[in-house]
Amino acid sequence: MSSSKGISGWSSRIRLRFWQGFLLGLLLVAWYVLTSPTLLPPIYFAEPNQAAFFFGEPLKVAERLWRWFATGEIYEHLWVTLVETLLAFLIGTVFGVVVGLWLALAPAASAILDPYIKAVNAMPRVILAPIFFVWFGLDIASKVALGVTLVFFIVFFNVYQGVSEVSPVVLANARMLGATPRQLLRHVYVPSAMSWVFASLHNSVGLAFVGAVVGEYLGSARGVGYLIHQAEGFFDMNTVVAGILLLTAFALTLDWAVGIAEKRLMVWQPRSSEAERT
Amino acid sequence: MIPALALENIDCTFASREDVSQRYTAVRGATLRIAEGEFVSVVGPTGCGKSTLLNVAAGLLRPSAGSVKVFGELLSGINSRAGYMFQAEALMPWRDTIENVIAGLEFRHVGREQAQARGRDWLRRVGLAGFEKRFPHQLSGGMRKRVALAQMLILNPQILLMDEPFSALDIQTRQLMENELLELWGADRKSVVFITHDLEEAISLSDRVVVLSAGPESHPIGDYAIDLPRPRDVAEIRLSPRFIEIHTRIWHAMKEEVLKGYEQQQRH
Repeated sequence: MSSSKGISGWSSRIRLRFWQGFLLGLLLVAWYVLTSPTLLPPIYFAEPNQAAFFFGEPLKVAERLWRWFATGEIYEHLWVTLVETLLAFLIGTVFGVVVGLWLALAPAASAILDPYIKAVNAMPRVILAPIFFVWFGLDIASKVALGVTLVFFIVFFNVYQGVSEVSPVVLANARMLGATPRQLLRHVYVPSAMSWVFASLHNSVGLAFVGAVVGEYLGSARGVGYLIHQAEGFFDMNTVVAGILLLTAFALTLDWAVGIAEKRLMVWQPRSSEAERT
Repeated sequence: MIPALALENIDCTFASREDVSQRYTAVRGATLRIAEGEFVSVVGPTGCGKSTLLNVAAGLLRPSAGSVKVFGELLSGINSRAGYMFQAEALMPWRDTIENVIAGLEFRHVGREQAQARGRDWLRRVGLAGFEKRFPHQLSGGMRKRVALAQMLILNPQILLMDEPFSALDIQTRQLMENELLELWGADRKSVVFITHDLEEAISLSDRVVVLSAGPESHPIGDYAIDLPRPRDVAEIRLSPRFIEIHTRIWHAMKEEVLKGYEQQQRH
C-alpha cells in the first residue's frame, strides 16, 4: 500500500475508487433485479415473492434504515451496543494488562496457571452467554461479561509477549540509570507491553463488539442485536438485512476510530515511510 | 592511593543452557585496577569475555569468584557510582530524546523542571540542541549514541563503563564521537573503562591499554602505558611516529591471542 506517487498516483487512486463504487452499484442492481417480485420471471423459486422473502429487497431495506434514523428509535439501540462494546473493551483490557504483567513477572505463578489458561482460552467462550444471563441478568452486564472474556485473552497474551520480549539491554540500561524494581515496571515493562496492546487494538475492539452483539442476539430487550433477533422472529428479512448493514457500518466506524487512536498513541514507533528515509 | 575501581581475581563461569554439566569459564583470575581519573581501554580478540568483565564491574553480573571494590568499598548489587554505555541500542524507544536523557534524574526523583533544564543543557553539550522531541527511531545511529552519552553523563557518574560504544558507527562519525568523548572527559576526568576490539581506538583514547587473552579462561596478559600527549585528535594522532611505535609493540603481543581466538571461533 504505497501512497504519494504524484499525479499518476492520484489518478490511479480515483480509478480505484471508481471501480470500487462500480462494484457496489453492480451488487445493488443485481440484488434489486433478482429479488424484485415482478421484474423477472421466477428463475429458481416457484413463487415470485420467495426471492424477496429469503434475501430482502434493497429499497425496503433502505426505507427501513431511513425510518430508524428519521424516527430516532435506532439511537437507543445503537447507544446500548456502543456502551456494551466500550465497557467490555475497557474492562477486558485492564484485566488483561494486570494479569499479563503479573504472570509475566512471576514465572512460578505462570507455570502453575499455564494449563488452566490454555484450557480457558481453548473453550468456545460464546457458550458462556447463557451462564452470564443467569448471573448478570438480561441487561447490559451479561453482554459486557461475554465481551470481557473475549477481549481479556487477546490483551493478556499480548502483554505477556510484550513483557517477555523487553530488550534485555534496555532493561540493563534502566537499572544502571538507577531504576528501582517498581520504576522498571512503570517505565520499562508497562510501556513495552502497551505497545503490544495497541498493536492488538483492532482485534480486541472487534471482539468486544462481537461479544456485545452476540449477547444481545441471544437474549436482551435492547441493542442492535436484539432488533435483528426480533425481526427474525417475524421473518422480516428486510429488517434483518438493515440491521446487519448497520452493524457493519458501526464496526467500520469503530475500526476507523481505533486507527486514529493508534496513530496518536504509537507516535514513537517507526512507520515504514519514515524508516526508509533514515 | 585507593583505585576508583578494582576487580580482584575475578572468575566467571556459566552453565550451558542445554546441559547444566557443560560449563564455560569466560574469565579466570582477572585482576584490573583503574585509578581515579584514568582512561583505560581493554582490548582483546572477539569472544574473550571483555563484556563479561564490564558487566561484573557494573554489578549487572555477579562473578563466580573474586571481588569488586569501588573506591575501596565492596560492591554488592548495581554499581551506583558507575555509568554504563552499551554496545547495542539501549534507549527507551517510547521516550523522546529529552525524556531519555533525563530518565536517570526521574528515577532519582529530581524535580521535573530542573531535570528538563539539565537535560536540554546536556543535549546542547552533545550537539543535539533542537532534537528534544525526536524519538530514537527518528535519529541516526551517531545521534542515538550522543543521546546515550548524555543519558549517562547527566547523572555525573564517577566511573564510566563503555562497551564498544561506537563499534556500530561508520569511521568518520566514530572519530568525531571519539574526539567529543575525549573533550567531555577532559573537562572533569572521570575514571573510564573502555572496551574495544580496535587497538587503534584503544591507543588513541587511553592512558593505559590492557590486553586480554583469548577465551575461554580469559585474563589480562599485557598492560601498556600510553604516553601520548593530550589533548589529542584521534584522527591525527594515528599518524604520529610514537603512536605507530606503541601500536607495533602491543600488536606484537596481541597477534598470537587474536589467532587463538580466531581458531576457537572456527572450531565452534
